[in-house]
Amino acid sequence: MADIRQQIIDLVADITDEPDVANEPDLDLFEEEILDSMAAIELLVAIKDEFGVSIAPTELERSEMNTLNKIVARVSERL
Amino acid sequence: MDFFVEPAFFVLCLPIVAVAFLLGILGRPLGRYALGASILMLFLLFFRTPATLIYAVAYLVVSLGLYRLALASSNAKIKLPNALLVAVQILPLVAYKVGVLITPDFPGFLGISYITFKATQVLLEVHDGLIDDMTTLEYLGFLCFFPTFTSGPIQRSRTFVQDLRAPLTRDAYLERFYRGAGWFVVGALYKFVGAAIAQWFMWFMPAAVGHGALGWLIEVLGYGLYLFFDFAGYSDMAMGLGLALGIEVPRNFRAPFVATDIKEFWDRWHISLSTWLRDFVFMRFSQFALSRKLFKSRVTTACVGFMINMTLMGLWHGITLDYFVYGIYHGLLLAGCHYMQKKWKFYKQHRRDRWFRVTSWAVTMVAVFFGFALFGGYVISPLLG
Repeated sequence: MADIRQQIIDLVADITDEPDVANEPDLDLFEEEILDSMAAIELLVAIKDEFGVSIAPTELERSEMNTLNKIVARVSERL
Repeated sequence: MDFFVEPAFFVLCLPIVAVAFLLGILGRPLGRYALGASILMLFLLFFRTPATLIYAVAYLVVSLGLYRLALASSNAKIKLPNALLVAVQILPLVAYKVGVLITPDFPGFLGISYITFKATQVLLEVHDGLIDDMTTLEYLGFLCFFPTFTSGPIQRSRTFVQDLRAPLTRDAYLERFYRGAGWFVVGALYKFVGAAIAQWFMWFMPAAVGHGALGWLIEVLGYGLYLFFDFAGYSDMAMGLGLALGIEVPRNFRAPFVATDIKEFWDRWHISLSTWLRDFVFMRFSQFALSRKLFKSRVTTACVGFMINMTLMGLWHGITLDYFVYGIYHGLLLAGCHYMQKKWKFYKQHRRDRWFRVTSWAVTMVAVFFGFALFGGYVISPLLG
């Protein structure tokens, strides 16, 4: 679980250019304009490459994956 | 009988809503009733031209067949290519859009655009494994739901089915009903007062100031406001009527003229169309392009995605030069805005400053109203004479 979390932190940090994203795991990433539609899609592609977990673009509402903690939870429950 | 226009429509809605209200306060499910009311209303919409009625029914039957085929295919060992099903689904709309260029009598029916969006969304989400148990009645209820049939807002099937299946208590129904009544009144005021004033402004003010540049500006301003009040008014009434039948209908406009950049404008203007295109065109194209590394950078991928998305949006309104240029124009604006937000350090430093936001708002509004001028044929057609 800790490994998955760290891998996801690295992915989000890399995609968003926000190295400190792990400091506030409950921050609304869309609200703060750290994630947008494009970055979210890149994240889905990266999650599929990294974990083999396929999440369709309309499968989740934004409110279901708008924080780092929620992204970790969504990937973990599909592994 | 035109929906939301002819008095007969509103008169007929009264008993339909009254019965829904009775069922609602008795805590009875409204799904089958909404389907029955929709079939009656669609019959009244099309019965004057039997050929159109037959075409609409045939469209529904074929769509249902495609949905069933997609479901069967998703569980089968040998799968049908989803692209083929989607192509068949959108063929009547594409044929209609091209056909009316040749003859205005080309077969089609009011609402063909919106029903195509809804039916296509179902096929795409069956393919994604997100829809696997929508019944035939639920599917037909979704496609035929009369408050949104002719002009949206574009509903999503999973939310619709969730509403149909969730039992509404008396209090929950009443909350929806009163909220719906509020939206209906606001919508009627927008459409029958706001749009009428904007139309008057657009028709008579240019004559008062002379038909020069100032007259053109005033006419375009009036036209933009008319578009907003007319469509937002219609959409709010549709939302209100939907809620009275126990179904949530997505909001289509959210104060678009306070947007401080063009991306925000599209998050506020014709929201159900822009989010549909975002979810089913932009995001899917981006996913495809990123996973195959078609472009060097994410920014380039997004910019190409915006161009494809908005060009399609323009052509969806009709295959004319005005709509085509309107789509390209908004594609360029979105691509430019995206590039600026990602690459311009000055933007990142100042985006939260009040002066920057005010300037950005003013620039956005000029761009938006110039877009309305393109859309309404105030630029390209006069230039070409």
